[in-house]
Amino acid sequence: MSDQLVKVRDLKIGATVFPPNAKPHDIEIVHGVSFDLERGKVLGLIGESGAGKSTIGLSTMAYGRGGVRITGGEVWINGRDILQTKNADLRALRGGEVTYVSQSAAASFNPARPIVEQIVEAAVRHKKFSRSEAEKRAVELFRKLGLPEPETIGERYPHQVSGGQLQRCMTALALCPEPDLVVFDEPTTALDVTTQIDVLMAIKAAIRDTGVAALYITHDLAVVAQVSDDIMVLKLGDTVEYGSTDQIINNPQEDYTKALVSVRSIDHEEKQPTPDPLLRVENVTARYKGTKFDVLKDVNVELHPGQTLAVVGESGSGKSTLARVITGLLPQREGQITFDGRQLTPEQSARSREDLRELQMIYQMADVAMNPRQTVGTIIGRPLEFYFGVKGDEKRKKIIDLLDEIEMGKDFIDRYPAELSGGQKQRVCIARALAAKPKMIICDEVTSALDPLVADGILKLLLDLQKIENVAYLFITHDLATVKAIADSIAVMYQGQVVRYGSKSEVLAPPFDDYTDLLLSSVPEMRLGWLEDVVAHRKMESAGN
Amino acid sequence: MIKNIPLAAAVGLFFTGLYFLVAIFAQWIAPYGMAEVVGGVWEPPSAKHWLGTDNIGRDLLTRMIYGGQTTIFIATMATVISFTTGSVLGFLAAVLGGWADQLLSRFVDLVMSIPSLILALVILSVMPVTVPILIVVMGLLDSTRVYRLARAVAVDIAVMDYVEAAKLRGEGRAWLIFREILPNALSPLVAEMGLRFIFMVLFISTLSFLGLGVQPPMADWGGIVKENKDGIVYGIGAALWPAVAIATLAISVNLVADWILNRTTSLKGGRG
Repeated sequence: MSDQLVKVRDLKIGATVFPPNAKPHDIEIVHGVSFDLERGKVLGLIGESGAGKSTIGLSTMAYGRGGVRITGGEVWINGRDILQTKNADLRALRGGEVTYVSQSAAASFNPARPIVEQIVEAAVRHKKFSRSEAEKRAVELFRKLGLPEPETIGERYPHQVSGGQLQRCMTALALCPEPDLVVFDEPTTALDVTTQIDVLMAIKAAIRDTGVAALYITHDLAVVAQVSDDIMVLKLGDTVEYGSTDQIINNPQEDYTKALVSVRSIDHEEKQPTPDPLLRVENVTARYKGTKFDVLKDVNVELHPGQTLAVVGESGSGKSTLARVITGLLPQREGQITFDGRQLTPEQSARSREDLRELQMIYQMADVAMNPRQTVGTIIGRPLEFYFGVKGDEKRKKIIDLLDEIEMGKDFIDRYPAELSGGQKQRVCIARALAAKPKMIICDEVTSALDPLVADGILKLLLDLQKIENVAYLFITHDLATVKAIADSIAVMYQGQVVRYGSKSEVLAPPFDDYTDLLLSSVPEMRLGWLEDVVAHRKMESAGN
Repeated sequence: MIKNIPLAAAVGLFFTGLYFLVAIFAQWIAPYGMAEVVGGVWEPPSAKHWLGTDNIGRDLLTRMIYGGQTTIFIATMATVISFTTGSVLGFLAAVLGGWADQLLSRFVDLVMSIPSLILALVILSVMPVTVPILIVVMGLLDSTRVYRLARAVAVDIAVMDYVEAAKLRGEGRAWLIFREILPNALSPLVAEMGLRFIFMVLFISTLSFLGLGVQPPMADWGGIVKENKDGIVYGIGAALWPAVAIATLAISVNLVADWILNRTTSLKGGRG
């Protein structure tokens, strides 16, 4: 076939692991994956972390990151097996025929050089274009990707454009040398939902206009469904299912794919507010030390016992700052916070041990929320010892009870955080918060660093625990799908203010204000053609522009 | 654990252990008395005197053994002082922040702006030069370096979520420093400790060589170099032995420190 671009056969990839207290040994991370890609088509690679999707993506450049080796199989690009070619040929391939768009554009651009210089570099180095031609092409790409001021934006430095714009610049960088294949490695994962749409739209249009083939790697099936022609579902280095996008989304065959398609289908019945709220935030205004800008402006919210208040907004909307104010890490400038009928002192250090115990917190990044030098037993046991003075066998018994409650079991008691998976780490953090027998837990983006299925498990666990322990959650998130699954009431935040607040049914029912509408419509839906529909019906520009 | 020691670490461990054992049991190992004159001036190595004799006819091997004892003892004690002061103050500065941090850090900058050897010479020239004073002066001067490192490491750790979680729990400063920060700061500090120990050996040797360190007739490696340096002109290598001792000790301690660094970081899942 003449338009066959990529042919991967029985690709095997291995690495050497260095487990603590054991000899280094070799493992296989990808076990014989095969796929084809024609010119101008997009193949979506989807899977959870550890599925090997990025590793497979990089293998189309015959490259293995950080000690990863391609151990077997064939990777044919433009009619030659690149695993058998010499280094000089690989140099022509990398950045010339095959280019790469990474997840974090901010970490990939050199902050000391203007954007356009970095974009034309590969094209000039590969002698595809002269410098002035390449610069012209860059401007053309900027225009195609919908960047503002396409003539001059390249002269800016990476920190002078927003995250979504920088991600589009990275796409321009990849497209500039007229490659045959672009590998997109989670290009929108680090972006806000409303920005994600713009970048997705730009990538999709650019792929269509330039006729380039693409490998699109992501963990979000709803996203990949919008851009790809075919989808390959991967799990732990094996192909689970491989078919057209239409078939995968509308008629999945394997159980694992079905689970991915139906993710976030948790149903949560909204509870009625009680007469006495547990937490009352009144007219709170706050700013960071040394700045003259209020990050929170006149915020009023209430949280009822045993219920969940979801605080939704994009980065910079002040939702995490609200958590810091409630915990006392950032004392408010004005307003007051009432908790369980008594007024909370603004300064955390001045609060009573009882206040501290009743208000616990769970963090977004579970791996930095636990001391890597403490075992699970120590981490969960410390609040028991600290607040209740429980020691010895009794403490051990209670730790095991808590481990059972988070569905992990007593085998984990002597493990270190490094020996746990992402979901298990977050569970341990939940157990640590529960150990204090709190009345309220602040959950700060607790599921956003997790894979969809794992995140679902955590949400279900949180809901179950709420029923048993009657604990209230202040749930901070940017993900409206999560909110729909878990909240009783919702506060939508935008630029430090609560723009919409009420029970879940009120907030999620029309008529919407412009911002809530933008936010709601930006949540990727698991159907084909969603992206086009949304863009056609938008009322407000996203904050990223 | 013993089975997995890499060769370099095993070699380092062997020599470090050897030096420390010899230092501890010097009194029983040394063939002659420390200040005993047993032969002629600068006799060549023989069955009686394995390394020959020194500038006034004392057995050089005996001098080396006692010298090692003095040098290693002073260096060890000074390292202990510099580490406890430096790291406790460094952690405290990182946890307290604000003016306490400013005060400590600027004072340390002030001390560090004067070369420590010059500062030590000035201090020692007005104080009685005894072993305890040497140890305290060296330890305190060097603690500024440890302070810098400890504070830098602790500032990084103090902003981690698990430290914030401990603060929110209501833990006191002692728990934050000793249970949350110290275990995570240990590996860079241990590596630094090997390095600082060697600097201490060099420091005390330099001081002795300049005449403001260990006073005769006590032996120490720097002093032995000083006593025998004139021999080099006549082709007598007596002054080279302490140099060899200092070099091998330095290398082996660093090999051990490297290995410890690797082992402890693997707990976090990484390899350093």
